[in-house]
Amino acid sequence: MAFANEHITSYAVEATEFPDLARKYRVNGVPKTVVNDQIEILGGLPQDDFITQALELQK
Amino acid sequence: MLSPADQEKLRDSFDEMTSPVRVLFFTQTLDGEHCVQTRRILDELPALSDKIAIEEVNFVLEKERAAQYGIDRVPALALLSQDAAGDVHDSRIRLLGTPGGYGFVSLVQALMLVGGHESSLTPENRQRIAAVSTKTTIQVFSTPT
Repeated sequence: MAFANEHITSYAVEATEFPDLARKYRVNGVPKTVVNDQIEILGGLPQDDFITQALELQK
Repeated sequence: MLSPADQEKLRDSFDEMTSPVRVLFFTQTLDGEHCVQTRRILDELPALSDKIAIEEVNFVLEKERAAQYGIDRVPALALLSQDAAGDVHDSRIRLLGTPGGYGFVSLVQALMLVGGHESSLTPENRQRIAAVSTKTTIQVFSTPT
């Protein structure tokens, strides 16, 4: 997604190496995706659903 | 660390890259284990593709550069693409932590994408993403297994 839009930056975070981040974002399972500290997406979703949830704030 | 069979598979995948990728590797000597492991993994890549180059950035001495790429911890990777004119562009794709296990798969996929391999996004989703006009930060947490 970051590669497709210059306004988007993506971080793939290794959760076990950064317990502070895992705690802050309440990562109890993986994969967990957090968008702008506000949207949380749990687990792997089909692409259409993932994009819909990730772009929820754009509406 | 990679078996000869894995090296061969990766070589075939990387052959599909059409443009060079530079990996900025933010590291510090005092972090120890994770940075050393990450270096070991990255050291294997340039031998598998002449389109992959690794540039080590000292996180302690080059704070400005780290800030420029939004890196506040190590080990961290930032992927840059290079166009035909030789100009370098930030892909805005970062990886935080040792790229082992599942993280290695993510790294390979990111290298391929930045290196010109076709995105897995459908045309419709690409359009939806292209419409984003505000600063957006996506964090994807995973574990090696």
